[in-house]
Amino acid sequence: MENIEQKLISRINEHATPLRIMHVCGTHERTISKYAIRDVISEDIQLLSGPGCPVCVTPAEDINFAIALARSGKVITSFGDMMRVPGTAGSLFDARSEGCDVRMVYSIDDAIRIAEDNQTQEIVFFGIGFETTAPSNAAALLRGVPENFSILTSHKLMPPAMEILTQDTKVDGFLAPGHVSTIIGTDPYEPISKKGFPIVVTGFEALDVLLGIAMIQNQIESGSSSVENAYPRAVNAEGNIKAREMMYQVFKQTDTKWRGIGMIENSGLALRTEFEQFDASNVHAEIYEKVLHDRKVSETDSNRTGLYEECMCAEILTARAQPSQCPFFGGRCSPEDPVGPCMVSLEGTCYNWYKYRHNKGI
Amino acid sequence: MCIAIPGKITSILNENTATVDIGGIKRKVNLDLIGGADSSLIGRYALVHVGYAISLVSDEESEEILKLLRDVMNLS
Ligand code: SF4
Repeated sequence: MENIEQKLISRINEHATPLRIMHVCGTHERTISKYAIRDVISEDIQLLSGPGCPVCVTPAEDINFAIALARSGKVITSFGDMMRVPGTAGSLFDARSEGCDVRMVYSIDDAIRIAEDNQTQEIVFFGIGFETTAPSNAAALLRGVPENFSILTSHKLMPPAMEILTQDTKVDGFLAPGHVSTIIGTDPYEPISKKGFPIVVTGFEALDVLLGIAMIQNQIESGSSSVENAYPRAVNAEGNIKAREMMYQVFKQTDTKWRGIGMIENSGLALRTEFEQFDASNVHAEIYEKVLHDRKVSETDSNRTGLYEECMCAEILTARAQPSQCPFFGGRCSPEDPVGPCMVSLEGTCYNWYKYRHNKGI
Repeated sequence: MCIAIPGKITSILNENTATVDIGGIKRKVNLDLIGGADSSLIGRYALVHVGYAISLVSDEESEEILKLLRDVMNLS
């Protein structure tokens, strides 16, 4: 395999022209950083990191709501990464150190079990993630959950964000996210490719990413732009129809806010009215309204809410800056003591640049 | 978060749960998103994400990738 990777690198470098290729998946950033792919390919080819880290794009007010729920005595459950991301003031971990009941879970099913085992308490699952994750929450709700269980939904959909990025950021082509695509298939990327952006659905080995880059180069060289699938072992054109049916049986598309980007039309998922008794913003409406109200009072620049003034996550999530341009990177801000969400998550761009910065070569 | 890991389905536990082997570690996985449990799934690889199988991994993987690689290399 190493030989094929070397051949791909030579092929990419022999054909190098100035090119800005964006990925929109934290796991792609991990592969690129881990195998130092930026160091082995021509400097002409820039690999840009987009808003592919789910916890990084979760808006501060959703975290504020989760913290407010925790402080009012509810049990908050979520994935580990989400716990450390700061809202406007502090994170869920901070709330836990104040004595709130905040628990890390691996799956929504773990949170449901906590609800079943603690029937006198109210359990809220903080549901984040892209199309990869939302169907599992839908499946759980369709199976039936206990009455003391609700979901704070903060799901995001990737194609509408990619549309926005084609307008706001200079980008020549996309490595599309392999695992999101197992659910949505390759068809939803067609409108973006028709606007002139080559798109290659890419897997997560170094070889996959190199292949994706070479396929984008081929499209650019031939002056074409289409959607190609370089991850056929897991992705097909129509995606996982069953999972999508379940997702849309439970959720409907809605406008939603992305941290660092702002409001994007139809880029989120809200629970349908049939499931409103499990919607935390409905079940705990009083707390939710108060958090929304407080946000309106305190908010100045919506995209930067909850970020320290110097933290450049907003720029990093839209590839307008690289982590090394942030004055805090590696000093005041590190994975042990993160300042912004991009340094918290295993999928955050700052985290990966920090973790793998001494790693050279494949 | 979007990390999904391939696991080999080794046994069916009930109508929507199976055991998968991920690098020697056994885990329970929910199969609702791939149409529920079916004994024909034993031995297949599924991508597992937050406790759910989100897709089956195709057995012809290497052939298809080799074809893509050949296409890319031929153009060089
Ligand atoms: S290094 Fe830290 S402070 Fe700077 S942009 Fe990244 S997360 Fe924000």
